[in-house]
Amino acid sequence: MTASAFLHPGLWLAAAGVAAFFLRGRARQALLLAAPLAALAFVWMIPEGLHGRWEFLGFDATLARVDRLSRLFATIFAIMAFAGALFAMRQASRLEVPAAFVYAGSAIGAALAGDLLTLFIFWELMAVGSTLVLWSAAGPKAFAASRRYVAVHLFGGMLLMAGIAGHVAGTGSIAFDAMLPDTVAKALILAGFLLNAGAPPVSAWLPDAYPEASWSGMVFLSAFTTKTAVYVLIRGFPGAEILVPVGLFMVFYGIVYAILENDMRRILAYSIVNQVGFMVTGVGIGTEMALNGAAAHAFTHIIYKALLLMSAGAVLMQTGKRKCTDLGGLFRTMPVTAACGIVGALAISSFPLTSGFVSKSMISQAAADGHLLAVWLALAAASAGVFLHAGIKFPWFVFFQKDSGLRPAEPPASMRAAMLLLAFLCIAMGVAPEPLYAMLPHPVSYVPYTGGHVVGMLQLLLFSGLAFFLLLPMLRRTLTITLDSDWLYRRAAPRLIAPLGAAIAAGRRAVVTPVLGALAGLANGAGRFGSPRGAFGATWTTRATVMLVLALMAGVLLFSYR
Amino acid sequence: MLAEHFPALLVVTPLVAAPLIVVVRSARAGWAMALAACLAAVLMAAQLLARVAASGPVSYAIGSWPPPWGIEYRVDAASALVALLVSAIGTASVVYARRSAAAEIGGERLYLFYALMMLCLAGLLGMVVTGDAFNLFVFLEISSLSTYVLVALGRDRRALTASFQYLILGTVGATFYVMGVGILYLATGTLNLADLAVRLPQAADPRAATVAIAFITAGLGLKLAMFPLHAWLPGAYAHAPSAVSAFLAGTATKVAIYALARIWFSVYGADALLRDIPVAPVLAALSVAAAFIASGAAIVQDDLKRMLAYSSVGQVGYITLGLSLATEPGVAAAIAHVVNHGVTKSALFMLAGAMALRLGGTRFSDLAGVGRTMPVITFAFVIGGLSLIGVPGTAGFVTKWALAGAAIRAGQPVFAAVVLLSSLLAVAYIWRFVECAYFREPPAGAPAPGEAPASMTGTALALTAAVVAMGLHGAPVLGAAGRAAAALMGGAR
Repeated sequence: MTASAFLHPGLWLAAAGVAAFFLRGRARQALLLAAPLAALAFVWMIPEGLHGRWEFLGFDATLARVDRLSRLFATIFAIMAFAGALFAMRQASRLEVPAAFVYAGSAIGAALAGDLLTLFIFWELMAVGSTLVLWSAAGPKAFAASRRYVAVHLFGGMLLMAGIAGHVAGTGSIAFDAMLPDTVAKALILAGFLLNAGAPPVSAWLPDAYPEASWSGMVFLSAFTTKTAVYVLIRGFPGAEILVPVGLFMVFYGIVYAILENDMRRILAYSIVNQVGFMVTGVGIGTEMALNGAAAHAFTHIIYKALLLMSAGAVLMQTGKRKCTDLGGLFRTMPVTAACGIVGALAISSFPLTSGFVSKSMISQAAADGHLLAVWLALAAASAGVFLHAGIKFPWFVFFQKDSGLRPAEPPASMRAAMLLLAFLCIAMGVAPEPLYAMLPHPVSYVPYTGGHVVGMLQLLLFSGLAFFLLLPMLRRTLTITLDSDWLYRRAAPRLIAPLGAAIAAGRRAVVTPVLGALAGLANGAGRFGSPRGAFGATWTTRATVMLVLALMAGVLLFSYR
Repeated sequence: MLAEHFPALLVVTPLVAAPLIVVVRSARAGWAMALAACLAAVLMAAQLLARVAASGPVSYAIGSWPPPWGIEYRVDAASALVALLVSAIGTASVVYARRSAAAEIGGERLYLFYALMMLCLAGLLGMVVTGDAFNLFVFLEISSLSTYVLVALGRDRRALTASFQYLILGTVGATFYVMGVGILYLATGTLNLADLAVRLPQAADPRAATVAIAFITAGLGLKLAMFPLHAWLPGAYAHAPSAVSAFLAGTATKVAIYALARIWFSVYGADALLRDIPVAPVLAALSVAAAFIASGAAIVQDDLKRMLAYSSVGQVGYITLGLSLATEPGVAAAIAHVVNHGVTKSALFMLAGAMALRLGGTRFSDLAGVGRTMPVITFAFVIGGLSLIGVPGTAGFVTKWALAGAAIRAGQPVFAAVVLLSSLLAVAYIWRFVECAYFREPPAGAPAPGEAPASMTGTALALTAAVVAMGLHGAPVLGAAGRAAAALMGGAR
C-alpha cells in the first residue's frame, strides 16, 4: 500500500475474524459485534476513487475501487456480517463466526477489488472461508458436503484463473471493466463468475451444501458467494445476452425443485438459485433500469433471505427437525419467529410495502421497457411461483398446517433481536425505498407505488395463493405418505409442474447417473492403479526403470534420425 | 580481495567442513561447523547474486588456468539464484536436523550425518557454479554418493532398499550423462560449457550432438525424477531421515533441473532444440503425463511422505513443462517454480518430519486427529498444501500464474489448461490430509497435545512463512527467475 493510506474494510473484517478466533468470553462477543459496524463505517469513510495501489506479479494492482456500485455491495455485506454475528452469538462452534468474518471480509474485498488479479485473490479466499463455515457445523454430512463444495469452487476458481491468465496474456491489462464474452478467455471468466452464482449446469452445489451448515452458518452462506457473483456480473458483463436465458433457467430450476422439496432449508436454498436467477436476468437485459434492479434486488434479497434462514435456523435449533412433514403449528409457541418468517416470506414474494416489491419490480419493468415480452411473461409467472414455494409453502408448513405436537420455546434474545432487525429493514425499505434508490449505481426515476404495479402484484399473489390452497390437499397427502421414493411425490406434485420435474429427473437418470457411475468406475480403476499396491503406485523395479531410460533414449534418437 | 574467490569458496567451504567434522568426531561440534559452513555459503551466494545482477556473470579460473584449458567456475544470474536456494535450504535443514536427526539417527554415527550433509551440499553447489561439463559430472557423483548414504540412514530397513535402488539408478543416470559428455568431447575437443556452445555448431558430424543430448537428457532426467524415470524418488524421500527428505526435496532434483537447462539452453540453444532435435516435445509429453499421473498417484498413497514424494514428481512435471516451451517466459516460470516449489516442499517435509517425531510415523493411520494434537504444525502443513494447489497468497500461485501465462504466450494454451486442471488433483491429496487431521479421532494411545521441539517447529514455520511471503510479494523471485532465464538462454552463447 502506498500513496493513500486507508483501512480496507474487508481486510479489517477478516483480521478481526482471525483475532476473534483466539479470544473468548465477552471480549470475543464485543469484537464480533463491533467489527462489522466498524467495517460499515470504513466503507462509507473511504472517498470514491482508487485506493491502495500495490504491485503484484509485475502488475499495478488496486486494492479498492470505491464507486456507487462497489459501495452498495460492500455496505450490504457489512450489514449482513453484523446481523449474522448477532444471530450466531449463541453458536457453540468457536470457528464458525470467525470463519464467516474471513468469508464476509473477502466478499467485501472482492466487491471493492479494482482489478482482476485482486478480485481473484479475494475470490479464492472466499472459497476457503465459506468452506470453513460449512466445516464448523461438524459431523460427517457437513464434512462430505464441504468436500463437494470446495471441489466445485476450486474448479470454478480454476476456470476464472484460466480466463484471467488468457485475458491478461492477450491484452496485457488486468483492468476489470465491462466486457462481453467474445473471446475464449472472457467466456472462461464469465463461466467462473456464473459457477459461483449457482448457474446451470452446476447449480446443484448450492442446495447440496448450504443446508448442511449449522443453524447459523447457512445465514452467512446465503449472503455472500452468490451475491458477489451478481456484483461481478453487473460490473463485468452488463448486457451479455446469454445471461437472460441462463437467469430464466435458474429462476424456474429454483421454483421446480423448491416445490418438490420437503426439507425447509433446502426449500430456501433452491429459492436462492431462483432469486439470483432474477438478478442474472436483469444483468443480461443490461439497461440502467435493469442493472439498478439487479443491484437493488441483491441488496434486499440478502436481507430477506437471511431473515427467512434465521427463522428456519431458529426452528432447527429449537426442534432439531428440518423436514416440513415433521413440523407444523409452531406459531403457538414461537410467535416472534413465525412473524419474522412471514415478513421474510412476504418480502421474497414482492408483497407491496416490503423490500422485495421495490426491487424486483424494477427488473420486470426493465424487461417491459425493453419490449422483451417473453422475458416479462416469464418473470411474472415466476413471481407467482416464488410466492408458491417460499411465500406460502415455507411459513405454512413450518408454522401452521397441522399441529405437530411440538412446543418449542422462542429462541434466545440475541437471535430474536437479529430477526427483528432484519424484519424491520425489510419493511422499512418497502415503505420508504428512497434511501435504497439513492445508493444504486445509476440514477433512479422509477416509482414502485403506482396503482398499476400494486394492483397487478396483488392479483398475481392472490391467485397464486388461491392455487396453493386449492392444491394443498394433494401436496399434504403426498408429503405425509412418503418422501423416500421420489416417484411418489413426483406423481403427486402439482400437475403443472409434474411433467417438468419428471423430465428433469429422467434426464438425471439418463445422463447424469451413468456419467457419474462411469467417473466413479474410472476413479476406482485409477485408484487401484496408483495405490501402493497398484501397477503404478507400487515401487517399480530397478530393471523396469533402466529399460525406460533406454527406451526414452532410443525414442529420442529414432525421432531425430535424418 | 576475498570476494573474488567466492565462486570457489562457495564449494570449498562445505567440502572442507566435511573432513573437519569427521576429525572432530562430535555431533555437537559437527552441527555447529555444518551450520557455520551453510551460513557462509548463504552469504556468499547472496553476495554473488547481487554482484551478478549488478555487473554481469563472474568467471573464476581454478588454479589460474584460463578457460577453456583450465576448469572454469562461472556464476551468472541462473547459477547464483540456484546456489542461494540450495544453500538456504541446506541451512534450514541443518538447523532442523539438530533435534530431528538426533532422534532418528542418534548414537555415535550422528557426526557422520553432518559430514555427509556437507559433502552433499558441496556437490550440489559445485554442480551449480561449475562451467565445465566433466567437472559437473564429478560434483554430481559427490552429491549422489553422499545422498545414497544419507538415505540409508533412515530409521527402518526399507531405507536400505530405497537407498540401494537409488544408488543403482543414480549411477545409471550419471553414466548416461558422462557418456553424453564423452561424445561431446570427441566431437568438439572441449569440455568447457561456453566453449562447447561455440564449437558444437561447427562440429564435423551433427549426429554426434544429437546422440549426446539424448544421453544427457536421459541421464539428467533420471536424476531430476522426470516421469517415468522417477521410480527411485518415492522410496528415497519416504524412508530417508526427515531432515534429509527436506533437504533433498528442495535441492537435489532442482540442481539436476538446473544442469539440464544449462546444457539445453546455454550449450545447444533453444533454436537448435526446437528445430533439429525433438527433445522438447518429448519432455513436454512426459511433463503432462507427470502432472496428471504422478499427482493422481499422490492421492491414493497411504503415507504422508510418500504422498509428498509423488506430488514432487508431479510438480517437477510443471518445471519441465516450462523448460519444454523453450521460450524465455517459459524458462523463467520454470526457474521460479524451482525456487517456490523447493521452499514449499522442504517446508512440507519438515512439517511431516515433526509429525513423525511425535506420532511415530507418517502413515495416515498415525496422523488421525493430528489437527488436535499438533495444531500449529498441522495448520502450517495446510498452508504449504495450499501452495502446492496454487491458491493465491502462496508461492505456488505465483508460479502457476507465470507458467499458465507463459504457455498461453508461447501459443500453447493446452499446456496452461494442463497446469490448471492438474492442480485440482493437488486439491484431492491435500484434502485427504485435512480430512485425516481434522475429522478423525486420534487413535487410542496417541500422545498428549503438544508440538515438536522448538528448533524443528521454528525452522518449518520460517519456511512456511517464506512460502506466504513469496506468494504475497512474488516480484523478487519472478524478477530473479527472469534474469536467470535470460542468462541461461543468451548468456553463455
